[in-house]
Amino acid sequence: MVRFLFASMQSALNIGARFAKGRWARILPLLLLVCIWQVTASILESKTLPLPSSVLLVLWQELYTGDLLFHLGMTLRRVAISFAAAMLLGVAIGMLMGWSKTWDRLLDTFLILALNIPALVTIILCYIWFGLSETAAVIAVTLNKIPMVAISLREGARAVDKNLLQVAKIYRLSRRETFFKVYLPQLTPYLFGSARNGLAIIWKIVLVVELLGRSNGVGFQISSYFHFFDMTGILAYTLAFALVIFSIEALIFRPLEAHMNRWRT
Amino acid sequence: MTLLSVDIRKKAYGNGCCAIENLVFSAQPGEFVAIVGPSGAGKTTLLNLISDLDQDMEGSVTFHSAQARQVKPRIGFLFQEPRLMPWLTVQQNLALVRHAQSRLHQDRSLQDWLALVGLQGCGDLFPGQLSGGMQRRVALLRAFIVDPELLLMDEPFQSLDAPTANQLRLLLQDLWQATSPTVLFVTHSLREALSLADRVLFLSPQPSRVILNVPVDLKHPRAIDDVAVQHLHDALLQQHPLLLGGSVSPIQASI
Repeated sequence: MVRFLFASMQSALNIGARFAKGRWARILPLLLLVCIWQVTASILESKTLPLPSSVLLVLWQELYTGDLLFHLGMTLRRVAISFAAAMLLGVAIGMLMGWSKTWDRLLDTFLILALNIPALVTIILCYIWFGLSETAAVIAVTLNKIPMVAISLREGARAVDKNLLQVAKIYRLSRRETFFKVYLPQLTPYLFGSARNGLAIIWKIVLVVELLGRSNGVGFQISSYFHFFDMTGILAYTLAFALVIFSIEALIFRPLEAHMNRWRT
Repeated sequence: MTLLSVDIRKKAYGNGCCAIENLVFSAQPGEFVAIVGPSGAGKTTLLNLISDLDQDMEGSVTFHSAQARQVKPRIGFLFQEPRLMPWLTVQQNLALVRHAQSRLHQDRSLQDWLALVGLQGCGDLFPGQLSGGMQRRVALLRAFIVDPELLLMDEPFQSLDAPTANQLRLLLQDLWQATSPTVLFVTHSLREALSLADRVLFLSPQPSRVILNVPVDLKHPRAIDDVAVQHLHDALLQQHPLLLGGSVSPIQASI
């Protein structure tokens, strides 16, 4: 009997381990969440927690009318521009600070200041200084993200293996080759960390920017639904955006990271 | 004609400690010179000064390259660790340094080079997929593939097991005999130095200088356990019992 129980437990553990390795390990928690949501919403029957099916219906309607794609497109455009600008400037500043102690000392105060100014303050200041424009919105988001990228890349640049740079010097590699073949690959984990983290933060800030001073985008739509206390609409747009972010992670970040890290296996 | 003339009057570390003082020697084209000294004698510092990785010293390191006087020769450097780029395959690691030497005579393909050191079929592997000995082979190949006039080696086989190290020493002698670069081989093992070099320079403890210059007149290739090497080793230590500690008796230094 004991042996039978032990064998059953072991096979259950094996199934669990196999399950954890598979794709289901990612999908099942989501399905579980939806089930809990469905059950809770059915029990509560409250306007503040609509049924998942109602949210999906609104999502479909918005998709059908074209509103969802328009607002999603506007938000994604802002996210893409701010993300590219923040990564470009943040990486450059971070590498400069990691490479030169003088630049590190000169910029460190600004970096700490920028890191600690609340996003909301930067957004309001940009709207006041540059007007309620697209440029102001993008500048506000970019300024919020640059310090985070810079800090991460500074740590990466500080951790670069000087021994490998010596190899580049001995074998007279060009500056370009040294940068792309020796220096940059060492920063890859920091770049991916910043990019992932950056995307997550940027889209949240973009939504605030849209809520405060734009007349389109997911943030604007959520703000509109909020005024009508329409939870279904709010959740429909949130879900749509979450799906886009999941897709970016699954279709771009993961394959790219796997490719860049294939030497680690 | 000499290929390399070293005359370092003084090299001090950042903490003021004097690492090298009045260290003078030269090396001929194609000569294999081993440098033996106690731990902390500044052997690695010496190679860094010669290779220009460190420029902070009083004195001079002068090259008389085959191409032109005072032109820095092509240098190969084998460090204590293989120092391969872990994100590049073996072939990419070799191509990277070979590409930088575009003026080189590239009559041999990378595959031929790999086959020469027994690494055929490993070109597409990453360094992390190779054993320690195989990584050293790649690093050795990388140093030779640039057709160096001067090859600097900093205790390259120290952390390997004895059979692998012996194989690599034989491989090194083969490659050296085939291409004839001037070699400066730093080691703390007298046997290793005698089994490889045409001439062995002994350094004193810090501040480091040359205390003894011993020519080794034995035919290549040699193995570390050759009787002749063993005899020479024993004779040297009999004559200078404290040689490996960095002192000779009586004091003599012929350069």
